[in-house]
Amino acid sequence: MPQFLSARPDARLIPLPWELPLADWPTGLLVALPRGISRHVVRFIKVGGSVYAAKEVLEHLARHEYRLLTELHRAHTPSVEPVAVITGREDAEGNPLDPVLVTRHLEFSLPYRSLFAQGVRAETVSRLLDALVLLLARLHLVGFLWGDVSLSNVLFRRDAGEFAAYLVDAETGELHPRLTDGQREHDLMIATTNLYGEFCDLQAGNLLDESLEPQRLVESILARYRELWVELTGVEEFADTELSRIEKRVRRLNALGFDVAELAIDTLADGSRIRIQPKVVDAGHHSRRLLRLTGLDVEENQARRLLNDLDTFRARTGQSHIDEPVVAHQWLTDQFQAVVDAVPQELRGKRDAAQLYHELLDYRWYASQAQRREVPLAEATAGYIRDVLTTLPDEVVAAADGRQLANPFDPSQGYADDDDTPMPIDPWESGEMPAMRADVLDIEALRRKARESGSAL
Amino acid sequence: MATVSFKQATRVYPGSDHPAVDKLELEIGDGEFMVLVGPSGCGKSTSLRMLAGLEEVNGGSIYIGDRDVTNLPPKDRDIAMVFQNYALYPHMTVADNMGFALKMAGIPKAERDTRVMEAAKLLGLEEFLARKPKALSGGQRQRVAMGRAIVRQPQVFLMDEPLSNLDAKLRVSTRTQISALVTRLGVTTVYVTHDQVEAMTMGDRVAVMKDGLLQQVDSPLTLYDKPKNLFVAGFIGSPAMNLLKGKIVEGGVRVGDYVVPVTREVLSKAAGEDSLIIGVRPENFVVAPTGVAVDVDLVEELGADGYLYGTLAGLTPEEKLSAQQIVARVSTRTPPQRGTSVKLNIANPETMHVFSEATQERLND
Ligand SMILES: Nc1ncnc2c1ncn2[C@@H]1O[C@H](COP(=O)(O)OP(=O)(O)OP(=O)(O)O)[C@@H](O)[C@H]1O
Ligand SMILES: Nc1ncnc2c1ncn2[C@@H]1O[C@H](COP(=O)(O)OP(=O)(O)O)[C@@H](O)[C@H]1O
Ligand SMILES: [Mg+2]
Repeated sequence: MPQFLSARPDARLIPLPWELPLADWPTGLLVALPRGISRHVVRFIKVGGSVYAAKEVLEHLARHEYRLLTELHRAHTPSVEPVAVITGREDAEGNPLDPVLVTRHLEFSLPYRSLFAQGVRAETVSRLLDALVLLLARLHLVGFLWGDVSLSNVLFRRDAGEFAAYLVDAETGELHPRLTDGQREHDLMIATTNLYGEFCDLQAGNLLDESLEPQRLVESILARYRELWVELTGVEEFADTELSRIEKRVRRLNALGFDVAELAIDTLADGSRIRIQPKVVDAGHHSRRLLRLTGLDVEENQARRLLNDLDTFRARTGQSHIDEPVVAHQWLTDQFQAVVDAVPQELRGKRDAAQLYHELLDYRWYASQAQRREVPLAEATAGYIRDVLTTLPDEVVAAADGRQLANPFDPSQGYADDDDTPMPIDPWESGEMPAMRADVLDIEALRRKARESGSAL
Repeated sequence: MATVSFKQATRVYPGSDHPAVDKLELEIGDGEFMVLVGPSGCGKSTSLRMLAGLEEVNGGSIYIGDRDVTNLPPKDRDIAMVFQNYALYPHMTVADNMGFALKMAGIPKAERDTRVMEAAKLLGLEEFLARKPKALSGGQRQRVAMGRAIVRQPQVFLMDEPLSNLDAKLRVSTRTQISALVTRLGVTTVYVTHDQVEAMTMGDRVAVMKDGLLQQVDSPLTLYDKPKNLFVAGFIGSPAMNLLKGKIVEGGVRVGDYVVPVTREVLSKAAGEDSLIIGVRPENFVVAPTGVAVDVDLVEELGADGYLYGTLAGLTPEEKLSAQQIVARVSTRTPPQRGTSVKLNIANPETMHVFSEATQERLND
């Protein structure tokens, strides 16, 4: 009988056919959404209106990953949300099956392969890397050593004109009170190797903009990470005549999306020099503010954009003297919600609400420029739906580079038209493997080996 | 090729009041396969990162060959750290999947090709080099991953739990392949695992760590036959060694109603103690007319041999619940019956282990 480990169980998961290996699940239970490649068997399963990601993995790793994802969530670090670990699975003959880790499918998320398959401009690659670097720095700030940094282990979400990155694979992770420089360097070393490989792979598949060079790209990741880390944690020293630098540092951090919860300020010996260092910084400067004002929970740059629009709205409607929360409520119903409600049901799956509103603002700005007039919101909305939204590709796995996947539910199995000539004979796999248990020490075999190699005790 | 020495190497993490690695003293021979093993948190990865140059050394030093590398940056140490990465890139050939890190390191194409070809020969992958990895089996993927490490041709390989996410079958075959390969290459290797079976089957020598302290470093058989202390005795071997506490009496140590003979010489090393711990591996017990009386709870048959699980005879049902389990290997031709009671004796006194309870150290030779 399968057992469920879960903090917030979804009862609809219980009757699923856990006695079948995931690879054999009836396709009626699955959805083919874009996803990255993986070593384990991963499937998206649909129950009612919810979509979950299920991954078959060894028990100690499933538990470890569940625990770490729970911790990361608690620390508000962008990562997929753990839902359950299902252990004690057996097939019809009573053979044990690996446990399954279930996470909530991250809505509107884009694995890098499906992004690149649609063609990605050099400029966009740069934004993706910014998002990845920001994620890595945020993980390091909370003491998370990832151990397997790669594009495959990240999900991207559109975030106004930028991207937000989420961690999906925490299997190799460790959480410590605070990472040492060496631990962060270790992650960077892993990141550069993996990302270099992934970029070379995109290049080999003609999916990388020709102006981009894998070597340059990984170098730029290192440089960006180091720059960001210094900004987030570095010591700054200046003369006591430059006190405005404290304010400037805080503003720079805010602009990067961080709030400064603790800033250490020391005066040095003779009092003529000041030293500052951020001790605790929290990401989500704009998104927290928007959440407080409107209850909208959106990505950081989306929040920045919406807050700007809220400010504009306040000024335009001459309400600068009115309490911000009051105006925010009005903005939410008259502007934001009005636009979202105007979108036909069948088009809502194309973009999340905040992204849609952001794109509408862009559309309206360009339309107003072109027509040399202020295009009204309702008119712009209709135009955006007609000209943009309806033309966007659906978020299903249409192997977007025009190729057909061998298995629409599993991109790890390659393309249907891949080389199918029979595999060469493998000298290492033609013989029978001796049956051995991984968890029992065969001391007699060790003694034999020692005797044969002549090495005495 | 090179030796590796940790000389009193110590690492204390900032904010921590005790060292994660405490005065580690370890000499690794040229071409040796050294395994660091111990429970999670005992300092294995920290030791490895210290050797890699990724963790500050707060005391002592580290040598590779006769070079003091304690303060050298990672790139100047000529080591290759092998991490769990065996993602294969679908658009790249097997050859490129093996050689891409060399390209990143700026090694010219001709040299890369030679190294990849050499590695492929070692790994039986020559026929696969031009193919895309699509249809490779789990074992073949694993070998491509090994190829990635081999082509780097470093002085020292560092491997941190490279097999921990493999299923049991692949883990067993990959263990054998890695140690065979490394032996052939003759590259000094430091391999970290929490799994004692893995450590024992792979290592030329095994260093057992606990709480940042090196407990013992020896060949697998010495660790098994002459564990230096109680921790090593209990950690190495599966099923684990029976560790039976008993009072010192005339002529030996009393366990249950039976006096296990212990020489005067050994007893004399425990001056001032009134009890000792007798260690017996399951396969060193025999069912005999005299010995420690044990109630049989279960006999598990595994072919010609089986394991008997029981508890000291004569306990009340309540005591039995919390009593220590005793495990003995028995022949399944005439297996003892569940619910009966048998006497277990030590076939060969040489195989017995005696430990001090106070110091946890081994007392007999
Ligand atoms: N909660 C989720 N929401 C959306 N996509 C997901 C989720 N979980 C997994 N995926 C997708 O499935 C892919 C594989 O998942 P994951 O990386 O956990 O598998 P893995 O076998 O551990 O990978 P690796 O080979 O790196 O160890 C991811 O790249 C991602 O695209
Ligand atoms: N950045 C850190 N800060 C504080 N303690 C740490 C840090 N990293 C590791 N540790 C601690 O150091 C000890 C050794 O860790 P590690 O070398 O990873 O052990 P192992 O590899 O044997 O599991 C553990 O107690 C661990 O929690
Ligand atoms: Mg992954």
